Amino acid sequence: MAKRNLILAFESSCDETSVAVIEDGHKILSNIIATQIDSHKRFGGVVPEVASRHHIEQVTRCLNEALEEANVTYDDLTAVAVTYGPGLVGSLLVGVTAAKAVAWAHQLPLIPVNHMAGHIYAARFVSEFHFPQMALLVSGGHTEIVYIEDEYHFQILGETRDDAAGEAYDKIGRVLGVTYPAGKVIDDWAHEGNDTYHFPRAMEKENNFDFSFSGLKSAFINTVHNAEQRDDELNKYDLASSFQQSVVDVLAEKVMRALDQYPVDQLILAGGVAANAGLRDRLERDIETLHPQTTLIKAPLKLCGDNAAMIGAAGYVAYNHHILADMDLNAVPGLEL
Amino acid sequence: MKILAIDTSNHPLSIALVEDQQMLCETTLNLTKNHSIFVMPTIDQLMKIAGWRPTDLDRIVVAKGPGSYTGVRIAVTTAKTLADTLDIDLVGVSSLEVVAAPIAQTEPDRPVVTIFNARRNNVFAGGYMAHDGKINTWLDQRHTSLDELVKEINQRGVQVYLVGEITDDFKQIIHDEVEPKLVKIVPQSLGIPSAYQLALIGENAEPVKQLDEFIPDYLCITEAEFNWQKKHPGESKESYVREV
Ligand SMILES: [Zn+2]
Repeated sequence: MAKRNLILAFESSCDETSVAVIEDGHKILSNIIATQIDSHKRFGGVVPEVASRHHIEQVTRCLNEALEEANVTYDDLTAVAVTYGPGLVGSLLVGVTAAKAVAWAHQLPLIPVNHMAGHIYAARFVSEFHFPQMALLVSGGHTEIVYIEDEYHFQILGETRDDAAGEAYDKIGRVLGVTYPAGKVIDDWAHEGNDTYHFPRAMEKENNFDFSFSGLKSAFINTVHNAEQRDDELNKYDLASSFQQSVVDVLAEKVMRALDQYPVDQLILAGGVAANAGLRDRLERDIETLHPQTTLIKAPLKLCGDNAAMIGAAGYVAYNHHILADMDLNAVPGLEL
Repeated sequence: MKILAIDTSNHPLSIALVEDQQMLCETTLNLTKNHSIFVMPTIDQLMKIAGWRPTDLDRIVVAKGPGSYTGVRIAVTTAKTLADTLDIDLVGVSSLEVVAAPIAQTEPDRPVVTIFNARRNNVFAGGYMAHDGKINTWLDQRHTSLDELVKEINQRGVQVYLVGEITDDFKQIIHDEVEPKLVKIVPQSLGIPSAYQLALIGENAEPVKQLDEFIPDYLCITEAEFNWQKKHPGESKESYVREV
């Protein structure tokens, strides 16, 4: 019997500890995710030292569950993949250290995976990849447009100059009294309201693919504070809708313009904010009318957040490209694609 | 019994392979804090020198803190994962005891107090005393101010050896505040942890029962947690992590 291709993957870059087993790069045999969100909710955001401590509590439990659920042993494995950046250094270190220990103990190849490449490969569970591709990556820490000319060749076309989109959601959520993380609630509220406030669309018309969300955030906060001073009652649904409309407009417009310049077969939408229903709908409509030759691949809702399955999928491809690490692999918090 | 012992609690990194109380090899580095880069390559190198394969190991012994949070986490994650994945015993030993042990053994029935610098005039401290070849705890390990520790030593009124990270500032405070006959400061050269000593302590210790639950002894909750608990008394939950 031919040996199976099984990748054991670790992800611990922020506040989820996750271990997965992936077969042939696109079949999820297991994907254990332990989230610390209830812990960080208490502090209104992720506290790095608290996150690192939770990771070490969870890492072997997740590892054992992942193997058990996949019904495989160490002897069956082909390689070990791990996120080594970008992310919180203390959090990354737990995953990197554990992955190295497993790889060493069983003399398996170690594959270093960029977390953002992982997010892109969450879409691989939906469809095969055809190149060239473009990806819109939106999460609490990142907002990037990536051009992928060929397999595993990433080029960042544009990125945020200040806040990430997800960060902006959390910040305005705080003003509206929504507990961290605010994305889901704001998205739900947005569907109940209308864009009545017409917040600015930052850099929408500028001739680059970069983003900025701090101006929008300030405009939003000013609107709320001014109303409070005048004792005006604001409609939170309209506020959420207006905010979301501005974010979605800018994201969609920039991506469509990037597609004008870089025609591609597939557009991938991935990252935590890719779960946003407003953004998913909008891109679907825009692609259909403006770039019908491009197929939109949305990362599955369950794989938009951080998880090890996506790291395994990216790791499979990295391994085929002979991207391997030695036992001195370190966490790289500011790693770029 | 083939033991791999790992200590990266503070600035030094020490790794040893020990078999039936004999040291086969030990590496101690004192020039980097980047333990993440050096732990596994050092283990790998020592194993090659000894001619051992990973599956030959019977037990991992780790210094489980207190110390630098990141340092302790690297050692504990490495040790915990290795023990888990190789399905062998894991023993956790206080990082303070590792430093005190050799001095306590040479000066039986005399307390030896290890001090690690925890910044802002705070220390991690623990006291140990050897009796009939066995090491007992003399002063429970703690995170405390140097002033409090000095008070404690004065109160106990017996002569102690002080070992570990004793900065010039600390020396001054100790010199000013403690009765001179109550302390002997051990030279810095004897205060560097040795993983061989760690392995010797761990060889006869009880292994960890619930490996998944094994975490470092930070001796200190995080500032965020401290502030939150102050504002929300009695609200702490058993676990804040759940599977999704
Ligand atoms: Zn992410």
